[in-house]
Amino acid sequence: MTERSIRLNGAEVTLTTDDPLSQLLYALREQAGQHGPKFGCGVSQCGACTVLVNDVPTRSCVSTVAALPTAPPAQVRTLDGLDPGHPLPQAFLDEQAAQCAFCINGMVMGSLAWLESRVAAGEKKVPTRSEVATHLSGDNAQTFTYLCRCGAHNRIIDAIRAAAKEMAR
Amino acid sequence: MSAVSRRSFLTGTVGVAVSFVLLPAGPAVARSVAAAPAGRMRIEESTSPTSLAWLVLTPEAITVYCGKVELGTGIQTAMSQVVVEELRLTVADVRYVQADTLLTPSQGTTAGSKSLQEGAEPLRHAAATAFAALQRMAAQHLGTADAPERVKARDGAFSWGNRTVTYAALLAEADLETVADLTVPLVATADLKVVGRSVPRVDLPAKLRATFTYVADVSLPGMLHGRVIRPSGRNATLRSVDKAPPMSVPGVTDVVVVGNVVGVVATGEAAAARAAQSAGSWALWNAGPAMLPWATLEDELRSPANWYAEVAEAPLRRGNAPAVLASGGTVLERNYFTPFLMHAAMGASASVADVRAAPDPLTGIRATVWSGSQNVTNLRGAIADLLGLPAAQVRVVYTEASGCYGHNGADDCAADAALLSKAVGRPVRVQWTRQQEHGWEPQGPASAHTLKGKIGATGIEAWWHTLYAPTHGSRPVATNAGTLVAGQLTGKLPAALPATAANSAGRNSQVTYARIPHHQVDAKLVRSFTTVPGGRAPATTGFAWKLPRSTSLRSLGGFSNTFANESFFDELAAAGGRDPLELRIAMHEDSRAVAVLAALRPAWTGRPTSGGRGAGVAFQQYELENAYAATYAEVVVDAGGTVRVTRMVCAHDCGRVVNPDGLRNQIEGNLVQGVSRALKEETVWRNDTVTTTVWQPAPPFSLAPQYAVLRFDEVPEIECIVIDRPDEPMWGAGEPAIGTVGAAVANAVFAAVGARVRRLPITPERVQAARPHA
Repeated sequence: MTERSIRLNGAEVTLTTDDPLSQLLYALREQAGQHGPKFGCGVSQCGACTVLVNDVPTRSCVSTVAALPTAPPAQVRTLDGLDPGHPLPQAFLDEQAAQCAFCINGMVMGSLAWLESRVAAGEKKVPTRSEVATHLSGDNAQTFTYLCRCGAHNRIIDAIRAAAKEMAR
Repeated sequence: MSAVSRRSFLTGTVGVAVSFVLLPAGPAVARSVAAAPAGRMRIEESTSPTSLAWLVLTPEAITVYCGKVELGTGIQTAMSQVVVEELRLTVADVRYVQADTLLTPSQGTTAGSKSLQEGAEPLRHAAATAFAALQRMAAQHLGTADAPERVKARDGAFSWGNRTVTYAALLAEADLETVADLTVPLVATADLKVVGRSVPRVDLPAKLRATFTYVADVSLPGMLHGRVIRPSGRNATLRSVDKAPPMSVPGVTDVVVVGNVVGVVATGEAAAARAAQSAGSWALWNAGPAMLPWATLEDELRSPANWYAEVAEAPLRRGNAPAVLASGGTVLERNYFTPFLMHAAMGASASVADVRAAPDPLTGIRATVWSGSQNVTNLRGAIADLLGLPAAQVRVVYTEASGCYGHNGADDCAADAALLSKAVGRPVRVQWTRQQEHGWEPQGPASAHTLKGKIGATGIEAWWHTLYAPTHGSRPVATNAGTLVAGQLTGKLPAALPATAANSAGRNSQVTYARIPHHQVDAKLVRSFTTVPGGRAPATTGFAWKLPRSTSLRSLGGFSNTFANESFFDELAAAGGRDPLELRIAMHEDSRAVAVLAALRPAWTGRPTSGGRGAGVAFQQYELENAYAATYAEVVVDAGGTVRVTRMVCAHDCGRVVNPDGLRNQIEGNLVQGVSRALKEETVWRNDTVTTTVWQPAPPFSLAPQYAVLRFDEVPEIECIVIDRPDEPMWGAGEPAIGTVGAAVANAVFAAVGARVRRLPITPERVQAARPHA
């Protein structure tokens, strides 16, 4: 039995598993009641399961509980823990940037880390449409790919740019 | 549950209940109101009790019990706007109880861009009826009972002179059940306050806060997690199962084997996934017959040996196209082809089932299933057949899944969950893997087309389209578990193949250009599986799939047929030296068709014509009689033949617009998914196994092509020109626009580099092969 204490959206949570290959996604959903990260592909190709582990976008469908850092406990952030007033989800609502919204967790969480890192680096410029599209397209080797099937892409790009502007203020 | 007890379930409190049917039916047939318990008021109407929908007003809430479901398209928001408008409220929450075989009426399938078209008008009448009733009550209350029209409504209250009474106060005293009265006046177009406005989607806040319950989020006390193991191919059969390895995985409680359905059930999802992952070593299969070869699929579709019927598409047939085409002049004949395509929802299907040993004493329900099905009633029947239960003991509750673009894996996954739950006697949640979704979802079929046409001085003079296609209709049938994968894997046979192609494979195979004097469409229906000799029914001995199971995918035959038709239109225009946009306008008599095409003129006249850039247009009137869409696509083609669609303009007329932004969102989605199909998507199989089972190749393990969809950096800039016709009926917008995309892109590629690609997807290899030789 493996136990991992983590800080989930700021609160201490202990995840347990008796399988070293047990995926973080299932533990977060079953043991911590998270609904933001979703099972989309299970092979790290679509982004629906994205969470932030120590501020790094992580594909929880292929990451394991056992691999979470222990000292200090990993900071895990999910869509569930994002303040509803945060500029990112608010921008998605303002732009009506979704249809079924199943994939949206990935775009929000993946962009959250990206935009926060830009802010931390002092970048005030709002990324161009092309930069956002490149960020979300990824190559799945160095950077992640986020897929949407309903075709809300342009609105999602607009939402992320609007949030970037807000977060850089 | 009987109709009466269902109603008492709905109106268990004071208020107003208005029933309505989802199709604007003839005069209402009033039925008994005597059954209404004291303290309530109801209205009832129907020609068939099963078609009833309900609008229920209480002091606390406005609730619509409706069989049309939210599939991620914004229907719930639009329906709410319609209700609020007729109730003269500017803002109100409308609760929306979606398809549930226990609580809502059966209203058929939520599909085919019909939710608003069939659902909103009746709902308007129901809301107007409720308003008229409230107004009469208010008049009574305010002392002007003989002239209710004097009582004015505003902000949820009625007033007359200086006296007012709120809706809530009236509803607290109300006891009315009635039928929707189609003669009650509706809010006049000029007075609309909510309909026609871009009201934000009511479901999105919860989805952005991760508080929304998708079907994959449904959790029941004592629920176990299941995974199914699918056969090695569509025609494979189970050879042996060694239960020891999966049972040795901690947390696994059961290994279920029913016919060729194999499942593992565990206390946690990770354990179920882990046990299933190694199934290749403990569940062994006998290979079955190969399907028709993928590499020569177009030839197979065109081969009479694979047809089970030859039919003519009737409504617009006129003149004598074969004779005119044989008479000489500028005559072209061209072949087109589109591949098998997937729905490929972002979430692999999930479902929860709770099958109990005995029926619930109150409801009589023994099996409850949560599913993202488009038709809970038919799924209930098919699952009842699968479980050997009466349909009345099965309840299917619609719960939204990830984006639904037609008959995807939702129903089949529900059947898997029901089988596993029955086997283990506990609620079971089944999550399909991505590989199972891609590999086993029912797909949109390939189709081949031969177009013959003649162009002369007056324009196009003759048009003869022959299409070759498997069925687009394999939805669950309420009496046949063989319409579900689990049923097929446990020995049941699928439903007979359809007798016609009408509005299915043949959807939009005809063209609506009324000035083409000679017009004919024939269809050759291709068998999906072995059939009885000379028949449409599945063979009872030696049954085998010949093709992947094919079914309804957004726009059905419309995507493929319009790709062929509108590509060919451009080929004829080029042969006749005519401008393709102006020739389209010239061939129409319908002013609304002309209007959407004419709306593209600014884009068209400013189109790029050099540097590997070009533009194309395409038109379609959905189902020949519904929404009009005309699409302009701009592309850039590089030296290697890679096509990028850089800009699109879509002019769209679906009658009265309820929510302009919601409509634009749908049009954009149609265009993006259409570009994805035009440039990237294609199902591949080997023997009887689909091999495109994830989103992209995963080197170094495999470089084999996978089912690729459009990415963020490949999405064009999109402009929607919405032509609102507030005095016309509302038509659906879920799929009209996608039909235009394949041809608009193909025509643009031709304009850009002279390469006429007649086969989707338009890959770099196909562009290079079609380039004119230097």
